[in-house]
Amino acid sequence: MRSLTVQFRPALVCLLVFTLITGVLYPLLVTGIARVVFPGQANGSLLVVDGEIRGSALIGQPFDDPRYFWGRLSATGGHPYNAFNAGALAGSSGSNLGPLNPALAEAVQARIEALRAADPQAGPPYPADLVTASGSGLDPHISPAAAEFQVRRVAAARGLSEARVRQLVAEHTEGRDFGILGEPRVNVLRLNLALDEVR
Amino acid sequence: MTPQPQSRPLFERAIVRHAVLASFQKLDPRVQIRNPVMFVVLVGAVLTTALWLQALFGRGEAPARFIFAVSVWLWFTVLFTNFAEAMAEGRGKAQAETLRRARRDVQARRLKGPRYGAPYSIVASGELRAGDVVLVEAGDIIPSDGEVLEGIASVNESAITGESAPVIRESGGDRSAVTGGTTVLSDWLVVRITANPGETFLDRMIGMVEGAKRQKTPNEIALNILLAALTIIFLLATATLLPFSLFAVEANGSGAPVTVTVLVALLICLIPTTIGGLLSAIGIAGMDRMIQANVIAMSGRAVEAAGDVDVLLLDKTGTITLGNRQAVAFIPADGVSEQHLADAAQLASLADETPEGRSIVVLAKEKYGIRERSVHELGAEFVPFTAQTRMSGVNLNGNLIRKGASDSIQRYVEGQGGSFPPEVHSIVENIARNGGTPLVVADRATVLGVVQLKDIVKGGMKERFGELRRMGIKTVMITGDNPLTAAAIAAEAGVDDFLAEATPEAKLQLIREYQTGGRLVAMTGDGTNDAPALAQADVAVAMNSGTQAAREAGNMVDLDSNPTKLIEVVAIGKQLLITRGALTTFSIANDVAKYFAIIPAAFAATYPQLNALNLMGLTSPASAIVSAVIFNALIIPALIPLALRGVRYRAVGAARLLRRNLLIYGLGGLVAPFAGIKLIDLALTTLGLV
Amino acid sequence: MTTIGWLQIALYLVVLLALVRPLGWYMARVYEGQNVGLNTLLAPLERLLYRLCGTRVEEGQSWKQYAVAVILFNALGMLVVYGLQRLQSALPLNPASLGAVTPDSAFNTAASFASNTNWQGYSGEVTMSYLAQMLGLNVQNFLSAASGMAVLVALIRGLRARTEASIGNFWVDLTRSTLYILLPLALILALALVSQGVVQSFDPYVEVPLLQGTTDGDGNPVTTQTLPMGPAASQIAIKQLGTNGGGFFNTNSAHPFENPTPLANFLELLAILLIPAALCFTFGTMVGDRRQGWALLAAMTLLFVPFVLLAAIQEQAGTPQLAALGVDLTASDQQAGGNMEGKEARFGIASSALWAAATTAASNGSVNSMHGSYTPLGGLAPLFLMQLGEVVFGGVGSGLYGLLIFAIIAVFIAGLMVGRTPEYLGKKIETFEMKMASLVILIPCVVVLFFTALAVATPWGKGALYEPAISYTSIYNPGAHGFSEVLYAFSSQGNNNGSAFAGLGANNPFYNTTGGLAMLIARYWLMVPVLAIAGSLAARRTVPAGPGTLPTHTPLFVVLLIGVVIIVGALTFIPALALGPIVEQLLMLGL
Repeated sequence: MRSLTVQFRPALVCLLVFTLITGVLYPLLVTGIARVVFPGQANGSLLVVDGEIRGSALIGQPFDDPRYFWGRLSATGGHPYNAFNAGALAGSSGSNLGPLNPALAEAVQARIEALRAADPQAGPPYPADLVTASGSGLDPHISPAAAEFQVRRVAAARGLSEARVRQLVAEHTEGRDFGILGEPRVNVLRLNLALDEVR
Repeated sequence: MTPQPQSRPLFERAIVRHAVLASFQKLDPRVQIRNPVMFVVLVGAVLTTALWLQALFGRGEAPARFIFAVSVWLWFTVLFTNFAEAMAEGRGKAQAETLRRARRDVQARRLKGPRYGAPYSIVASGELRAGDVVLVEAGDIIPSDGEVLEGIASVNESAITGESAPVIRESGGDRSAVTGGTTVLSDWLVVRITANPGETFLDRMIGMVEGAKRQKTPNEIALNILLAALTIIFLLATATLLPFSLFAVEANGSGAPVTVTVLVALLICLIPTTIGGLLSAIGIAGMDRMIQANVIAMSGRAVEAAGDVDVLLLDKTGTITLGNRQAVAFIPADGVSEQHLADAAQLASLADETPEGRSIVVLAKEKYGIRERSVHELGAEFVPFTAQTRMSGVNLNGNLIRKGASDSIQRYVEGQGGSFPPEVHSIVENIARNGGTPLVVADRATVLGVVQLKDIVKGGMKERFGELRRMGIKTVMITGDNPLTAAAIAAEAGVDDFLAEATPEAKLQLIREYQTGGRLVAMTGDGTNDAPALAQADVAVAMNSGTQAAREAGNMVDLDSNPTKLIEVVAIGKQLLITRGALTTFSIANDVAKYFAIIPAAFAATYPQLNALNLMGLTSPASAIVSAVIFNALIIPALIPLALRGVRYRAVGAARLLRRNLLIYGLGGLVAPFAGIKLIDLALTTLGLV
Repeated sequence: MTTIGWLQIALYLVVLLALVRPLGWYMARVYEGQNVGLNTLLAPLERLLYRLCGTRVEEGQSWKQYAVAVILFNALGMLVVYGLQRLQSALPLNPASLGAVTPDSAFNTAASFASNTNWQGYSGEVTMSYLAQMLGLNVQNFLSAASGMAVLVALIRGLRARTEASIGNFWVDLTRSTLYILLPLALILALALVSQGVVQSFDPYVEVPLLQGTTDGDGNPVTTQTLPMGPAASQIAIKQLGTNGGGFFNTNSAHPFENPTPLANFLELLAILLIPAALCFTFGTMVGDRRQGWALLAAMTLLFVPFVLLAAIQEQAGTPQLAALGVDLTASDQQAGGNMEGKEARFGIASSALWAAATTAASNGSVNSMHGSYTPLGGLAPLFLMQLGEVVFGGVGSGLYGLLIFAIIAVFIAGLMVGRTPEYLGKKIETFEMKMASLVILIPCVVVLFFTALAVATPWGKGALYEPAISYTSIYNPGAHGFSEVLYAFSSQGNNNGSAFAGLGANNPFYNTTGGLAMLIARYWLMVPVLAIAGSLAARRTVPAGPGTLPTHTPLFVVLLIGVVIIVGALTFIPALALGPIVEQLLMLGL
């Protein structure tokens, strides 16, 4: 017990001092430097077009209009790509469906049917990422294959040539970082914003 | 009767018969609780028996036949374990029986005063207390352990040592200890008793051999803790399978939960019954092997410590070298012929009955054909060795031939008016440097030359020390010689180090130094002056021929009084540990196959898909479980011989030893049950038992 | 798996192992009190702190005092985290006006962050105010990690000491771990992450317009999206470095604001294993035989790689069920293919599987993909890595001290097999050590199995009766997968990992309470025996090594150590795994 009382002072002092250092000074220091050096990135990588915020380059948005490229399935609460829903205590979320869960097969099947409804010619095989839900429910990207799969539909819906749309897709396709890390990907919101600029 | 502990056949009929009986007696839960692993098996056996009875009345969770089969084999598992322990104990008991015969109650003559001729009263040996003084005469059995106060006698100690040649016991010196149960052959002894009844050397030996007073050694306790921890883990892993399986049935919507019988079977197969069942047998057998080497260990801890010894202190004389030095060469001084020197040396040694003297005579004959002569016939006068002159020799026809250490001869020659030639000095030094002992021979004032005496290193010592080195044990030779001589002998014998001009204090100091450096020291000793060092050493083997003090100080007694026995002692200690480790590894490795047998079977009703894990292709869930349980039970008696004999120890480096044992017992333990369970399953299927 | 996938994994291992030596060397110098270059800046602060504490650097503590210090300090920290959550609505820095956290969730979270588990029953962006994240969670991210490192250093001192009564001073070890190691590394990593797009701001949440509106579940139109903000980068840096893993946002490192690019992913992944791996070198340096450290690192790496491959190969293969629907599972330059459910497009299969293995090998628990949606064997990899006792890299400090306990067990069995009573680094392993080591091995197994059984056997665990208003039960997926979820949850909390098969609705009183208890038991009932071993070994003589001594730096010993870790884990959990992922795999293959 003596040991306990003797140790109480250093325990309290350390907790206070380290709370100050790691809980206040450290985040403030990082924020301060970030604000100066990386102001865009630190504040959500917002896409500003003509002075207007159009979304975040990092957070996907829901699309089901045939004129737009569609992103991944999203299992966020309330509605897809719901990044913050205080009412339902829900934010980012995956589907968390197990591989043999019938609900997973149903969700994939429903997506396939939606894709086919928007473009009856769209047939199997379906790009894996286009028919499955992302981990965050906010995935801003699809694979180049998933984009290519939708080129015909978007082109037809917008009355553009497939070559033109394909060119836009290519312009918005990012390769692997340093040619090795991650996967090639297409930012859906940026691509769709670019589509809206065409004409 | 030679009750010498001899090597017995592994399964002696009388012992086996007794062990079978004891297997049932040991079912007593109070006995079983001491071994947590086996206690779990016992509880499992009782539980399945109850389930079987329930099934007989038609409310069973599984077919009565199946529960019965599992239950019976669980009982066998317990019995086999008991049998292994009883076998090991039985072998000890048989050993003890022969010793006990020596401990007859005898009549003793208790003296009223501690001297020969004092009045005495006749008492039973059982009434003697430490401090009493008794008289024993030719034909008497010495009633208890004691120390000779007066007298000298030859004693037959074969009851203890198995050695039939009588030994001399006398007061004072290193031969003063007598042991109860030995017989005086000639003369008489006045003995002060040093042990109370039940505490004598013989009693302790019997106790050790019987394993009656066997306490678990530290390492055994540590291993038991590990085994208990594993048992708890498996207990939990199997117990939780019940709710898991209930949930699986619920989630799957079909099937039946796993039965308690299957869970008990799985549990018993998983817990380390093999090592748990054989652990005490291994310990007892380790002591038994010591006894077969004619070494009585005073505790199991000492046997265990023997395996850890890093430093071995060995007395030079009698251990490394033959007891006696021998003459090997005559090196004459300038102007003296070898023949002349040999002749003079022989004359000087004719009446010298010491082994050194005899060897000079022998060498003179072998090398120069000088025949042995009789001192009396020559009319020579023999001059014996005295502590003052430190020389011996003969006076013959005016020749005063002397031999002795160089300094004493130098004094003698100079006293005679001569001088000590410098070249002889260098010869002397040279011999000493090479591990020999120089004896200078002189005739009046003339130095004739030097006889080179040499310690003769026993045959095969170099190899044995090499073996020890490979075991990782450092050998240190203890000698009273000067450092030059000691170094040379050390080099010849191949020991790693030596302590020259050793005194009891120096020995003690050396042991302490090694121990401070974290090393475990073993030593042998017989004299009273060895007692402090023996008490300090971690493993101390006292010679049975030694003094009572030495035997009290040691934690082992070598009945053969063979100082090189330490090497065997170390090997036995290591063997004990290796056997434990090997069987633990084997036991745990076994579990893998058992999982493959039982898991698919246990959940066959809920998830028939799990049959994909039935790698052995066992016939049915019931046969799979019963086969695993049978294998688990049978492996215990199958390993009894190994447990009793011990895994062979090889003096190779630790890494090689580990690789070897891991391959045999680890990999073997992994593979063996796959084959074993499959075979049992085949047999059961063929016989139509399942 | 694709070539590029193999290359990603190989590159990761190469970079990780290349960093072991410099960082390990640096940390050894820190703990020995030698100059590391930051001393001019930090030494005055350090001295001031000791003066305030009333302690001195050279003032040693017995193992009992050390243990009291760790536990007292962690208990105070836990209290603060609990209080901050319960009172957050009344405290500043709560721009989203979040209400008080429920008592059970607050207890679970406090236990979770103090014990370096960082299991999250809650959803970060909708539960925690900035203040609670900063002063509560972020601080514990540092201090729980530093506590683990301190205990490891105490054990190392015990192993190398020669008959000493003290195993060091907790306050000194804690301070040095935090100031010299965690803070500088976190600062560098945080800024690197901001550069990649991780948010770091105290501004309120941002509302942005949707390009194409949508409707919510009730049919109401939705035209905007609220983007959560916060000082995320600073917290994520330490959550990875300190093997904490508690995310700033709900989906943790799958959230694009936490882990925006493959490069950010690589850096975070590196941070997960960096300190646990480098501590092996620190250990070797401090005991004066670096080979001992390399041997342990080799054992960790060799245990790690097969599970990475298992996860990667299984995830890339996908499931026959998806293939049957016409989904293209093949990997190409155009798509990652495989089982993309729950994975992010930018990471694909290799980076996700590698992360899954790394985060569970280390007791990190952060995720960049949803393990609950993995293929059965792909999910078994992270599950089993946790069940191995979090010793494959493991938590900062705790992983290595856990592996050292396994080494003691391995030495015990191997030592017997070479005919010596066992010793490790010259210290005899005796009854007391075996007692304590057995506890360390036993407790996580007991905790995991007991609580899992409790959960699947009771209505509260199954969730059927608790909160009947909620349409789903706690166990979200049917069949064997549902069992895996519960087993995963307690394997995670019972080994202080924090990772989740997020299908389990664990934010309710039952799971919050049992989980909180599991985390506390797993952390402190292991720490105390470890410190006891440190104390007992410190007081013991050191036996010099000889040819008869079992060498503990050889490939043979590494193999043996791996064997012991695998066997203990496998023998304990195979029956349970058979009812979870194993049978699910067989069902998936239609066997």
